[in-house]
Amino acid sequence: MNIFVIGEAKDGKVKRVTHEILSELKRQGQAATMVLVGGADAEAAAQSAVGMGASKIVVLAHEALTQYSTEGYANALHAYLSTQTPGAILVGATALAKDYLPRLAAKLQVGIASDCTEIKVGSAVTARRPVFAGKVSKQVEFTAMPAVLSVRPNVLPVDAAGGSSPVEKVAANAGEIRAKVVEVKAAASKKVDLTEADIIISGGRSLKNAENFKILQDCADVIGAAVGASRAAVDAGYAPHDMQVGQTGKTVSPKLYIACGISGAIQHLAGMRSSKVIVAIDKNPEAPIFQRADYGIVGDLFEVVPALTEEFKKLKAHS
Amino acid sequence: MLFVLVKQVPDTETKIRIKGDKSGIETNDIKWIINPYDEFAIEEALKTKDKVKAPAVTVVTLGPDRAVEALRTALAMGVDNAIHVKTEGETDTFTAGKALAEVLKKEGAQVVFAGKQAIDDDQAATFGYVAEFLNWPSVSVVAKIEWDASGTSLKAEREVEGGTRFIVQSSVPVLLAVDKGINTPRYASLPGIMKAKKKEIKTYSLADLGLSAGSAKVKESDYLPPPDRAPGKKLTGDAATQARELVKLLREEAKVI
Repeated sequence: MNIFVIGEAKDGKVKRVTHEILSELKRQGQAATMVLVGGADAEAAAQSAVGMGASKIVVLAHEALTQYSTEGYANALHAYLSTQTPGAILVGATALAKDYLPRLAAKLQVGIASDCTEIKVGSAVTARRPVFAGKVSKQVEFTAMPAVLSVRPNVLPVDAAGGSSPVEKVAANAGEIRAKVVEVKAAASKKVDLTEADIIISGGRSLKNAENFKILQDCADVIGAAVGASRAAVDAGYAPHDMQVGQTGKTVSPKLYIACGISGAIQHLAGMRSSKVIVAIDKNPEAPIFQRADYGIVGDLFEVVPALTEEFKKLKAHS
Repeated sequence: MLFVLVKQVPDTETKIRIKGDKSGIETNDIKWIINPYDEFAIEEALKTKDKVKAPAVTVVTLGPDRAVEALRTALAMGVDNAIHVKTEGETDTFTAGKALAEVLKKEGAQVVFAGKQAIDDDQAATFGYVAEFLNWPSVSVVAKIEWDASGTSLKAEREVEGGTRFIVQSSVPVLLAVDKGINTPRYASLPGIMKAKKKEIKTYSLADLGLSAGSAKVKESDYLPPPDRAPGKKLTGDAATQARELVKLLREEAKVI
């Protein structure tokens, strides 16, 4: 079966989630071709991925693809992949992939499985994906080929980089692009996206106001973490919605999730339960979050978080 | 013509129970609501109707008989017309996307609003299938929409990742999948609720749209609860001691920092 992994580059480097998918396929004994879409810069990005385990890297380059567009990506991928008799097409479940992948699947007249946490690629393709924000998961089996899947970042382990993949440049067909990105507004500060973050420090309504989120940000800055918020904090106006973790916000799966002043409503737990290690800091010893936490600290977050920031600083100074 | 796609989903506070044969979830004893993201889509459609002087807003849902309640709620919020694509059992994203696109074609839709994802299946994909089957441009995760004076072209703002935003320009026809926070959805008024009860609801079956349960491209099974977590450790002492102990455990035991 011909397997394709669509890579995604950021700041000239292919993202780790692409490596995660290639590592998993390799563990299952499957060779895969990486496909990168972009402008003149895509070829350079391909060089950052030659050790990720792809049997080759195909760069679909076109000037019109320098800036992302939903239609441009879907068109270019469809034009190339439909000539390759693909059996499975996999991609990291990033913000952009979630945007163009359904259109690509529709063009191919096949089904889709979004945000999978387990994949099995052999003569058949099955996947497991959380639904109801992780309250339940289900198995998806593809009855029409190719199987189109997006894979949740930070779930599948990466193997060490090694070897080398040949890079092949293919002229891309971007087709007609009607909805065009006319402006890119950079974030005020360079933030890690919650869905791809390794470490997340989240705050709840106990933060009391928006200014107090700074104590979480200070702590996060020391260890390179992203800052999240509970729905209660977002609804109270302490944090913007793009920081919300939970069923009506983002579903996250970091290595470490530190919940500060979050009681643990069912819809919040749903959005962060696949975190590898969960720390809860809350005044109320009865808060449901403690039943989910690997490490619980019953205490005042306004004392514990600054103390934690100091400890992280010491740790960084030693390493 | 303005259209809104909505889905009826279990309330976010619902405890989800799995059927004995793991083939799905138990659907009795569930409080059903309009998918929260779709409420933002309804509000945006109603606001757009005023802004561009559109004649009407039509809401479309696909689902079993009970889904008609979601349509009544949308009507009570001020939507003018409602269409129900009646289904039985589960419908996969491909079939749902195809069916909705067929309805929108038949009904002459020009602008379609949807939520960015339904909070039950979490696929966040139906909008993409619908837009592709209509061969329209689409913008997803829309946080803000600015229409031009004629109501035929717009700029939509969407979050990409880590706070970066795209401003996307498109003309009509277009499909816009909106994010939470784009507006504050209105409540249904009492007269609205009374009026909604009497409104005629147009129905389609999958067969009317040239589809069937056999149109599905995936098979879904083996519903499982999330894995249990081992009970955690409680750290004691003053804040400084707890912080020190935590960092030590994260480093030496959990090995995550």
